[in-house]
Amino acid sequence: MDNNFKRELMIDNCNNPYHKRKIETKDFIKANTNNESCIDNIDLYVKVENDVIVDAYFDGEACAVTTSATSIMLRKIIGKSLEEARVIMREYFKMINEEDYQDEVLGELNIYQDISKQPSRKKCALLPFQTLEKTFKIYESESCK
Amino acid sequence: MNRDDFKMFLNNPDLIYFDNGATTFKPNQVINAVVDYYTKYTANAHRGDYDISNKVDTFYEDTRRVVKDFINAKDESEIIFTKGTTDSMNMIVFSFMKYYLQKGDEVLITKAEHASNVLPWFELEKEIGIVVKFIPLDSNYKVTLENIQKVVTKKTKVISLAYVTNVIGDIRPIHEISKFAHQYGMLLVVDGAQSVPHMKTDVLADDIDFLAFSGHKMLAPTGIGVLYGKRRYLEVMKPLEYGGGMNARFESTKDLEYKELPLRLEAGTMNIAGVLGLKAAILYLKNIGLEKIHKYEQELKKYLLERLKEVSNITVYNEKSEAGIVTFNINNIFSEDTSRYLNHYKICVRAGNHCTKMIKDDLGVKNTCRISLYFYNTKEEVDKLIEVLQNSDKIYEIIL
Repeated sequence: MDNNFKRELMIDNCNNPYHKRKIETKDFIKANTNNESCIDNIDLYVKVENDVIVDAYFDGEACAVTTSATSIMLRKIIGKSLEEARVIMREYFKMINEEDYQDEVLGELNIYQDISKQPSRKKCALLPFQTLEKTFKIYESESCK
Repeated sequence: MNRDDFKMFLNNPDLIYFDNGATTFKPNQVINAVVDYYTKYTANAHRGDYDISNKVDTFYEDTRRVVKDFINAKDESEIIFTKGTTDSMNMIVFSFMKYYLQKGDEVLITKAEHASNVLPWFELEKEIGIVVKFIPLDSNYKVTLENIQKVVTKKTKVISLAYVTNVIGDIRPIHEISKFAHQYGMLLVVDGAQSVPHMKTDVLADDIDFLAFSGHKMLAPTGIGVLYGKRRYLEVMKPLEYGGGMNARFESTKDLEYKELPLRLEAGTMNIAGVLGLKAAILYLKNIGLEKIHKYEQELKKYLLERLKEVSNITVYNEKSEAGIVTFNINNIFSEDTSRYLNHYKICVRAGNHCTKMIKDDLGVKNTCRISLYFYNTKEEVDKLIEVLQNSDKIYEIIL
């Protein structure tokens, strides 16, 4: 993938992120992940109905990598079943951790494939999916009740 | 000035280090003091009767005298070596204030304090029911006596403030505050982490009850700091640590006696190398002169602020503050992205909330970039920073 294209996509999603809004809605699961090594701080809101992510959005302050990756992640997972989202998450984690992964599953998220070359940015790229994982855990524990 | 004494500059010729509020580089004199201890006379202090141990003893206690003179304390026994400012602040709060204060007593701090002058107090509030209150800051985020008077009540027993704050860099009117506090029987605790390395400290003239500061922010090694307290307060401090070095005797009958000050508050083997490094650091600073350092930093800051005006798309948050700290953001850019951009040009600044997480209430912004200067920074380094900031429209091309 062309570096300029990757950068443009990140900048576009950073300056005008998709699904970033401030309204807190009741039937959304909320999770926050403070990135311990730096200062990215996002709240992620996910609405799940019958194991399908019907809506999701985020709010907070974060660097360009975290903001753009959250934006692209949300575009990718809204409308997907939890199972499908988990596959995306798993492949994404593999990519960031420099393991073999299925790039066809990730679409635009593939632009972060070289991020591990900058170790300090790796954490920023992982943050959106780590937060998503948190919302899934909350959903599961609530479903078990 | 004095850059030749710092190997960090020799080994990193292109590096511009503007994060001195976090920690400072160490001059050869400090490094040599540490190396000498580890290569020429390694021994424990206050223990042996052999020559090298006596030498350690002498040098260790010499440092106490050097620190005493440096901050103009009355007596060496008022100088306690600690791990750093955080350790000193925790000792003040949990070894002294926990027993001195009672439920309902009020402690005044501000939202501009570093975590180490906030969290111990919050914990004590939970533990014994003191009330931590905030002195309102003025429009330049400064503390004024007038604002202190607004929140003082009959229950106010302690005012605890940084002499210089680490995000805004304002120098508090400690002398004036001290007079006021003592007039009404309050104690004054001063966090000197950002002031002691940069300006003359005089605990007697300012009549400070407790002072905490770190060695590593003033050229000394990490892991060494100082707690100063007036003798009558240190005398009644209940040690947080018990063990070797601090006891005079103990019997199987459980009859025991602890040592006199200051050793009673220094349990276990202390950071001897750190103490010896601290001595070298203080002598180094005294050799340049604190007045000279302070004046130089103020001039450099003035130059930095003037040059920052040439950069159109940045916001400076603390133009009116006195110390060598400048806090800013490139407009619409997250501070961490700015620091990464500057890092590309080997310029080190700190991004984030700088352990001062409550100032956002007043500043209206959560995260900022901080430039904190020291005497070894230069106008040429400022010029390079300005040049890089002027080209920041390319920021994403550099960092992404």
